[in-house]
Amino acid sequence: MTKLDDAVLLEKEDRAGPWRAALSSQIAGPLAALVLAIVIFSATTDSFLNPGNLSLIAQQSVVVGTLALGQTLVILTAGIDLSNGAIMVLASVVIGNLATDGNVLGALLAGLATCLVLGLLNGVLVSQFSLPPFIVTLGVLSVLTAAARLYTDSQSYPITSEFLTALNEGPAFGGVTITYGVMLWIGLTAILGYALTQTAWGVRVYAVGDNPRAAALTGIKVKRVLLSVYLTAAVVYAFAAWQALGRTPTADPSGYATANLDSITAVVIGGTSLFGGRGGVVGTLIGALIVTVLANGLTQAGIDSLYQQVGTGVLVVIAVAVDHFVRTRQTR
Amino acid sequence: MTQFVLQARGLTKHYGHVVAMDNCDFDLRAGEILAVIGDNGAGKSTLIKALTGAVIPDSGEIMVNGEPVHFRSPLDARKAGIETVYQELGVAPALDITQNLYLGREQRRKGLLGTVFRKLDKSAMRQGSARQMADLGIRVQSIRQKVDTLSGGQRQAVAVARVAAWATSVVIMDEPTAALGVRETNQVLQLIERVRENGLPVVLISHNMPNVWQVADRIHIHRLGRRIAVVEPDSTTMEEAVAVMTGAKQPEALA
Repeated sequence: MTKLDDAVLLEKEDRAGPWRAALSSQIAGPLAALVLAIVIFSATTDSFLNPGNLSLIAQQSVVVGTLALGQTLVILTAGIDLSNGAIMVLASVVIGNLATDGNVLGALLAGLATCLVLGLLNGVLVSQFSLPPFIVTLGVLSVLTAAARLYTDSQSYPITSEFLTALNEGPAFGGVTITYGVMLWIGLTAILGYALTQTAWGVRVYAVGDNPRAAALTGIKVKRVLLSVYLTAAVVYAFAAWQALGRTPTADPSGYATANLDSITAVVIGGTSLFGGRGGVVGTLIGALIVTVLANGLTQAGIDSLYQQVGTGVLVVIAVAVDHFVRTRQTR
Repeated sequence: MTQFVLQARGLTKHYGHVVAMDNCDFDLRAGEILAVIGDNGAGKSTLIKALTGAVIPDSGEIMVNGEPVHFRSPLDARKAGIETVYQELGVAPALDITQNLYLGREQRRKGLLGTVFRKLDKSAMRQGSARQMADLGIRVQSIRQKVDTLSGGQRQAVAVARVAAWATSVVIMDEPTAALGVRETNQVLQLIERVRENGLPVVLISHNMPNVWQVADRIHIHRLGRRIAVVEPDSTTMEEAVAVMTGAKQPEALA
């Protein structure tokens, strides 16, 4: 019989505050990068740090930033959504087309329904048929890109409704305009952040992305969680479609062609692991801002905008390298 | 009178022409560690799956605390208080210890925060998991530690702690130490004894004979789809048991 001598004793639990938790989490790196970029551009250019420009940066971030929130949910389950930009574009042309009759609210709801149907399609293929999300969403992307043009006969619809472009408006606080779109983006981040960190659903999303087999063994209905993630992401994409109509008041079937990859970039720079189970929406919000700050700041500094792509690429590789380090250091 | 917590009589399971269980019996007493040993292909895992609801036997009877049960899914077995630890580390490494212990059974706050806003009661869950880890003598720095910062043995300890926390009648461990080193294996064996001392009987499926002889109170020897002998480690040697298990010796030859 073994003695129990060297088991026992639980060391006193440390009382880590929320601040320590935030700093030790994945948010710390992206936040530091954002602050550093802002400090550098503020110091080296005259035009970066002024209220109008900061407001513009936030506005320029909302569409990809909102798409990236939905993308975060999917990536947390170790999936990927290549079709989110195309879903948003199809929803926006559906809204633009139906809104020409004047029933704006109905058009918006039809846009939401479009997103939900396509989210359901992705979700069912991934969860019920266990198909790889990369392939499923690649196929859906291809179909939707064509579908949007077929639906519109490759025309764009001008958006005249004030309600549809309302998200680009907003009150000004001391010269800084905060658009309703930016508020919506931050609000969605807060709601999803709450759902991910404070509810059982959130814990299960992380668990399913982290170790689906272990999650299933504890009785979690993995397929149902996956489906819920794709549907929730679809609702977020519908908000992104509304945001997009405000940013450019034209429903263009060939717009936002790289929004899917841009959203993945924001998620990765924001510290969410492509292997699932690690990360969060606050990091993604920061990641989307970093990309815009980089583009905006380099333009202010008079540097060729191609260097923005270089900078973004370097950040993506750094983010993936950090994630790789984090995941392998503990494998002992 | 000895109490039996989990019993089976005449379990049979065919897969086509293959007989996975052949009129198999099983008895687990209250407060014991019962090891189940058998050669590969002897049908141990089919028996365990039947006891945990993962396989529905063609015929035969399973009883929990003397009451007949009919498991149609692992959920049914879980509802009857039977929990299982698997060989592969059944934990989510990116989650912390508390989240792993309560995974699938999260507690919500009382009142509106819980019912409307679905808010988790994190402090209650942390207290619960700290108590559970202390009860089992599992040493960790913090309940908030992510599981991927733990060693393999500690991770399996978390898996055991979760199962022991929710099991009300039986803990089944299917090769819990197969993936572990010597030191970590010993930690898990100590943990198994702790679970027994805390009042739960344990079914331990293992290929590792020294481990079995170290902790088991009785040993169920499985061969050709049925129980052919039950021995005690004090009166039977490993060599004799292995000979029976592989068919080199008849069970009647045991002392």
